Amino acid sequence: MNVTTQSAAKTSSGLLSIVFVALIGATMLFFAGHAQSATLHDAAHDMRHATGFPCH
Amino acid sequence: MLAGGLIAGFAAGLLAALLHFAFVQELILLGEDYETGAVVHFTGAGEAAEATGHDHDVAGHDHGDGTAAHDHAGDADEGSALTRNALTVLFTALIYASYGLILVAGFALAEHFGRAISAREGLLWGIAGFVALQLAPAMGLAPELPGSVAADITERQIWWLGTVLATAGGIALLAYGANVLTALAGIALLAAPHLIGAPHPEGFYGVAPPEVAGEFAARVLGVGLVAWAALGWLTGRLWAQDEA
Repeated sequence: MNVTTQSAAKTSSGLLSIVFVALIGATMLFFAGHAQSATLHDAAHDMRHATGFPCH
Repeated sequence: MLAGGLIAGFAAGLLAALLHFAFVQELILLGEDYETGAVVHFTGAGEAAEATGHDHDVAGHDHGDGTAAHDHAGDADEGSALTRNALTVLFTALIYASYGLILVAGFALAEHFGRAISAREGLLWGIAGFVALQLAPAMGLAPELPGSVAADITERQIWWLGTVLATAGGIALLAYGANVLTALAGIALLAAPHLIGAPHPEGFYGVAPPEVAGEFAARVLGVGLVAWAALGWLTGRLWAQDEA
Protein backbone atom coordinates (compact mmCIF):
# COMPACT_ATOMS: atom_id res chain seq x y z
CA MET A 1 0.00 0.00 0.00
CA ASN A 2 2.65 2.36 1.11
CA VAL A 3 4.76 1.51 -1.91
CA THR A 4 1.94 2.10 -4.39
CA THR A 5 1.09 5.45 -2.85
CA GLN A 6 4.69 6.56 -3.10
CA SER A 7 5.15 5.52 -6.67
CA ALA A 8 1.84 7.09 -7.65
CA ALA A 9 2.89 10.31 -5.98
CA LYS A 10 6.23 10.18 -7.75
CA THR A 11 4.63 9.76 -11.16
CA SER A 12 2.02 12.48 -10.68
CA SER A 13 4.52 14.98 -9.32
CA GLY A 14 6.83 13.93 -12.14
CA LEU A 15 5.30 15.91 -14.97
CA LEU A 16 4.74 18.95 -12.78
CA SER A 17 8.31 19.04 -11.57
CA ILE A 18 9.56 18.49 -15.12
CA VAL A 19 7.63 21.56 -16.26
CA PHE A 20 8.86 23.45 -13.20
CA VAL A 21 12.53 22.66 -13.84
CA ALA A 22 12.20 23.45 -17.54
CA LEU A 23 10.60 26.79 -16.67
CA ILE A 24 13.39 27.72 -14.27
CA GLY A 25 15.91 26.88 -16.97
CA ALA A 26 14.03 28.84 -19.63
CA THR A 27 13.66 31.86 -17.32
CA MET A 28 17.38 31.87 -16.53
CA LEU A 29 18.10 31.51 -20.23
CA PHE A 30 15.89 34.50 -20.98
CA PHE A 31 17.42 36.79 -18.38
CA ALA A 32 21.02 35.84 -19.05
CA GLY A 33 20.68 35.58 -22.81
CA HIS A 34 17.90 37.78 -24.09
CA ALA A 35 16.62 40.41 -21.68
CA GLN A 36 17.42 43.83 -23.14
CA SER A 37 17.89 45.72 -19.86
CA ALA A 38 21.03 47.82 -20.21
CA THR A 39 22.69 46.51 -17.05
CA LEU A 40 22.05 42.88 -17.90
CA HIS A 41 23.09 43.47 -21.48
CA ASP A 42 26.42 45.02 -20.56
CA ALA A 43 27.20 42.39 -17.95
CA ALA A 44 26.31 39.49 -20.21
CA HIS A 45 27.63 41.14 -23.36
CA ASP A 46 30.69 39.03 -24.13
CA MET A 47 28.93 35.79 -23.24
CA ARG A 48 26.00 36.69 -25.51
CA HIS A 49 28.28 37.31 -28.44
CA ALA A 50 30.23 34.15 -27.68
CA THR A 51 27.09 32.02 -27.46
CA GLY A 52 25.59 33.28 -30.68
CA PHE A 53 22.59 34.97 -29.05
CA PRO A 54 21.21 37.96 -30.90
CA CYS A 55 22.87 40.59 -28.73
CA HIS A 56 21.87 44.05 -29.85
CA MET B 1 16.82 16.57 -10.64
CA LEU B 2 17.67 20.22 -10.01
CA ALA B 3 21.04 19.61 -8.38
CA GLY B 4 22.48 17.42 -11.14
CA GLY B 5 21.54 19.89 -13.86
CA LEU B 6 22.93 22.85 -11.93
CA ILE B 7 26.21 21.15 -11.00
CA ALA B 8 26.84 19.86 -14.51
CA GLY B 9 25.78 23.23 -15.92
CA PHE B 10 28.16 25.25 -13.78
CA ALA B 11 31.02 22.83 -14.50
CA ALA B 12 30.40 22.97 -18.25
CA GLY B 13 30.02 26.75 -17.96
CA LEU B 14 33.45 27.04 -16.37
CA LEU B 15 34.91 24.90 -19.16
CA ALA B 16 33.15 27.11 -21.71
CA ALA B 17 34.52 30.23 -20.01
CA LEU B 18 38.05 28.78 -20.09
CA LEU B 19 37.72 28.03 -23.81
CA HIS B 20 36.15 31.46 -24.30
CA PHE B 21 39.26 33.16 -22.99
CA ALA B 22 41.53 30.82 -24.93
CA PHE B 23 39.82 31.28 -28.29
CA VAL B 24 37.09 33.91 -28.44
CA GLN B 25 37.72 36.92 -26.21
CA GLU B 26 40.67 38.25 -28.20
CA LEU B 27 38.50 38.37 -31.33
CA ILE B 28 35.69 40.20 -29.47
CA LEU B 29 38.21 42.81 -28.32
CA LEU B 30 39.63 43.07 -31.82
CA GLY B 31 36.10 43.49 -33.23
CA GLU B 32 35.45 46.25 -30.71
CA ASP B 33 38.64 48.02 -31.76
CA TYR B 34 37.15 48.22 -35.24
CA GLU B 35 33.71 49.08 -33.89
CA THR B 36 34.98 52.06 -31.92
CA GLY B 37 37.33 53.15 -34.65
CA ALA B 38 40.50 52.46 -32.67
CA VAL B 39 41.54 50.35 -35.62
CA VAL B 40 40.27 50.92 -39.13
CA HIS B 41 39.61 48.16 -41.60
CA PHE B 42 41.48 48.60 -44.94
CA THR B 43 44.08 50.91 -43.47
CA GLY B 44 47.38 49.80 -44.89
CA ALA B 45 45.51 47.34 -47.06
CA GLY B 46 47.55 45.60 -49.70
CA GLU B 47 47.61 46.47 -53.37
CA ALA B 48 44.92 43.90 -54.09
CA ALA B 49 42.39 45.93 -52.18
CA GLU B 50 43.51 49.10 -53.91
CA ALA B 51 43.18 47.47 -57.27
CA THR B 52 39.57 46.48 -56.72
CA GLY B 53 38.71 50.14 -56.57
CA HIS B 54 37.28 50.27 -53.06
CA ASP B 55 36.78 53.79 -52.01
CA HIS B 56 38.24 53.79 -48.54
CA ASP B 57 36.60 56.99 -47.46
CA VAL B 58 33.01 55.97 -47.99
CA ALA B 59 33.12 52.23 -47.49
CA GLY B 60 31.02 52.41 -44.37
CA HIS B 61 33.93 53.19 -42.11
CA ASP B 62 32.55 56.36 -40.74
CA HIS B 63 32.77 55.79 -37.02
CA GLY B 64 32.21 59.28 -35.83
CA ASP B 65 28.51 59.80 -36.27
CA GLY B 66 27.20 56.71 -34.57
CA THR B 67 26.04 54.74 -37.59
CA ALA B 68 27.28 51.56 -35.96
CA ALA B 69 24.40 49.56 -34.57
CA HIS B 70 25.71 49.77 -31.07
CA ASP B 71 28.22 51.82 -29.23
CA HIS B 72 30.56 50.01 -26.93
CA ALA B 73 32.95 52.86 -26.49
CA GLY B 74 32.04 53.25 -22.85
CA ASP B 75 32.23 49.59 -21.91
CA ALA B 76 35.97 49.43 -21.48
CA ASP B 77 36.08 52.60 -19.41
CA GLU B 78 33.24 51.81 -17.06
CA GLY B 79 34.57 48.60 -15.64
CA SER B 80 38.01 47.19 -15.46
CA ALA B 81 38.86 44.25 -17.65
CA LEU B 82 38.80 42.12 -14.52
CA THR B 83 35.19 43.00 -13.71
CA ARG B 84 34.21 42.50 -17.31
CA ASN B 85 35.82 39.08 -17.50
CA ALA B 86 34.46 38.03 -14.11
CA LEU B 87 30.97 38.87 -15.35
CA THR B 88 31.61 36.84 -18.49
CA VAL B 89 32.59 33.83 -16.38
CA LEU B 90 29.54 34.32 -14.16
CA PHE B 91 27.10 34.63 -17.04
CA THR B 92 28.66 31.78 -18.98
CA ALA B 93 28.23 29.58 -15.90
CA LEU B 94 24.64 30.84 -15.55
CA ILE B 95 23.73 30.20 -19.16
CA TYR B 96 25.16 26.67 -19.05
CA ALA B 97 23.37 26.07 -15.74
CA SER B 98 20.12 26.98 -17.48
CA TYR B 99 21.03 24.60 -20.33
CA GLY B 100 21.69 21.95 -17.66
CA LEU B 101 18.25 22.46 -16.13
CA ILE B 102 16.56 22.22 -19.51
CA LEU B 103 18.56 19.04 -20.21
CA VAL B 104 17.50 17.32 -16.97
CA ALA B 105 13.90 18.33 -17.63
CA GLY B 106 14.30 16.58 -20.99
CA PHE B 107 15.89 13.54 -19.32
CA ALA B 108 13.00 13.37 -16.87
CA LEU B 109 10.52 13.57 -19.72
CA ALA B 110 12.34 10.79 -21.57
CA GLU B 111 12.32 8.59 -18.47
CA HIS B 112 8.65 9.39 -17.99
CA PHE B 113 8.14 7.69 -21.34
CA GLY B 114 10.35 4.79 -20.34
CA ARG B 115 13.70 5.76 -21.93
CA ALA B 116 16.72 5.31 -19.72
CA ILE B 117 19.38 8.06 -19.73
CA SER B 118 23.05 7.31 -19.15
CA ALA B 119 26.22 9.28 -19.75
CA ARG B 120 26.22 8.10 -23.38
CA GLU B 121 22.66 9.30 -24.04
CA GLY B 122 23.62 12.47 -22.20
CA LEU B 123 26.49 13.04 -24.64
CA LEU B 124 24.08 12.67 -27.58
CA TRP B 125 21.58 15.00 -25.91
CA GLY B 126 24.37 17.51 -25.35
CA ILE B 127 25.36 17.46 -29.01
CA ALA B 128 21.69 17.76 -29.95
CA GLY B 129 21.39 20.71 -27.57
CA PHE B 130 24.35 22.36 -29.30
CA VAL B 131 22.65 21.87 -32.66
CA ALA B 132 19.33 23.24 -31.39
CA LEU B 133 20.62 26.21 -29.41
CA GLN B 134 23.73 27.20 -31.33
CA LEU B 135 24.36 25.55 -34.68
CA ALA B 136 20.88 25.82 -36.22
CA PRO B 137 20.35 29.47 -35.15
CA ALA B 138 23.89 30.25 -36.36
CA MET B 139 22.98 29.04 -39.86
CA GLY B 140 20.58 31.98 -40.10
CA LEU B 141 22.11 34.43 -37.67
CA ALA B 142 25.86 33.92 -37.57
CA PRO B 143 27.42 34.64 -34.17
CA GLU B 144 27.90 38.40 -34.24
CA LEU B 145 31.35 39.81 -33.93
CA PRO B 146 31.15 43.31 -32.44
CA GLY B 147 31.37 45.70 -35.38
CA SER B 148 29.06 43.62 -37.58
CA VAL B 149 25.60 44.75 -38.56
CA ALA B 150 22.39 42.80 -38.15
CA ALA B 151 18.63 43.20 -38.49
CA ASP B 152 16.26 44.44 -35.78
CA ILE B 153 16.97 42.77 -32.44
CA THR B 154 13.36 41.78 -31.70
CA GLU B 155 12.90 40.13 -35.09
CA ARG B 156 16.15 38.24 -34.61
CA GLN B 157 15.18 37.09 -31.13
CA ILE B 158 11.85 35.82 -32.42
CA TRP B 159 13.53 33.91 -35.25
CA TRP B 160 16.16 32.61 -32.84
CA LEU B 161 13.56 31.31 -30.39
CA GLY B 162 11.43 29.78 -33.14
CA THR B 163 14.49 28.07 -34.62
CA VAL B 164 15.57 26.67 -31.24
CA LEU B 165 12.12 25.26 -30.50
CA ALA B 166 11.61 23.85 -34.01
CA THR B 167 15.09 22.29 -34.10
CA ALA B 168 14.78 20.76 -30.64
CA GLY B 169 11.35 19.39 -31.53
CA GLY B 170 12.61 18.10 -34.87
CA ILE B 171 15.57 16.28 -33.31
CA ALA B 172 13.34 14.81 -30.60
CA LEU B 173 10.92 13.50 -33.23
CA LEU B 174 13.77 12.01 -35.27
CA ALA B 175 15.43 10.42 -32.24
CA TYR B 176 12.40 9.19 -30.33
CA GLY B 177 9.64 9.17 -32.95
CA ALA B 178 7.81 5.96 -33.65
CA ASN B 179 7.47 5.84 -37.42
CA VAL B 180 8.07 7.42 -40.83
CA LEU B 181 5.44 10.09 -40.23
CA THR B 182 7.09 11.40 -37.08
CA ALA B 183 10.46 11.33 -38.87
CA LEU B 184 9.02 13.38 -41.73
CA ALA B 185 7.47 15.81 -39.26
CA GLY B 186 10.88 16.07 -37.58
CA ILE B 187 12.60 16.87 -40.87
CA ALA B 188 9.94 19.47 -41.67
CA LEU B 189 10.50 21.10 -38.28
CA LEU B 190 14.26 21.15 -38.82
CA ALA B 191 13.87 22.74 -42.26
CA ALA B 192 11.09 25.23 -41.50
CA PRO B 193 13.10 28.05 -39.88
CA HIS B 194 15.55 28.03 -42.79
CA LEU B 195 12.78 27.99 -45.39
CA ILE B 196 11.22 30.98 -43.63
CA GLY B 197 14.63 32.59 -43.43
CA ALA B 198 16.30 34.66 -40.76
CA PRO B 199 15.88 38.43 -40.65
CA HIS B 200 18.83 40.18 -42.31
CA PRO B 201 19.78 43.82 -42.54
CA GLU B 202 19.06 45.65 -45.80
CA GLY B 203 22.71 46.24 -46.43
CA PHE B 204 26.01 45.11 -45.02
CA TYR B 205 28.22 47.86 -43.71
CA GLY B 206 29.95 46.22 -40.74
CA VAL B 207 33.22 47.82 -39.80
CA ALA B 208 34.91 44.62 -38.62
CA PRO B 209 36.85 42.65 -41.22
CA PRO B 210 35.08 39.56 -42.61
CA GLU B 211 38.22 37.52 -41.92
CA VAL B 212 37.90 38.21 -38.18
CA ALA B 213 34.14 37.69 -38.22
CA GLY B 214 34.53 34.33 -39.93
CA GLU B 215 37.13 33.11 -37.49
CA PHE B 216 35.02 34.37 -34.61
CA ALA B 217 31.93 32.45 -35.79
CA ALA B 218 33.90 29.25 -36.31
CA ARG B 219 35.56 29.47 -32.88
CA VAL B 220 32.28 30.25 -31.13
CA LEU B 221 30.71 27.15 -32.65
CA GLY B 222 33.72 24.99 -31.82
CA VAL B 223 33.76 26.12 -28.19
CA GLY B 224 30.00 25.61 -28.02
CA LEU B 225 30.26 22.04 -29.29
CA VAL B 226 32.93 21.09 -26.75
CA ALA B 227 31.11 22.71 -23.83
CA TRP B 228 27.75 21.23 -24.80
CA ALA B 229 29.22 17.75 -25.25
CA ALA B 230 30.80 18.00 -21.78
CA LEU B 231 27.54 19.34 -20.37
CA GLY B 232 25.47 16.50 -21.83
CA TRP B 233 27.89 13.80 -20.78
CA LEU B 234 28.21 15.09 -17.22
CA THR B 235 24.50 15.75 -16.81
CA GLY B 236 23.73 12.24 -18.06
CA ARG B 237 26.29 10.74 -15.73
CA LEU B 238 24.95 12.59 -12.68
CA TRP B 239 21.42 11.73 -13.73
CA ALA B 240 22.20 8.02 -14.00
CA GLN B 241 23.89 8.09 -10.57
CA ASP B 242 20.84 9.77 -9.07
CA GLU B 243 18.51 7.22 -10.53
CA ALA B 244 20.62 4.23 -9.48
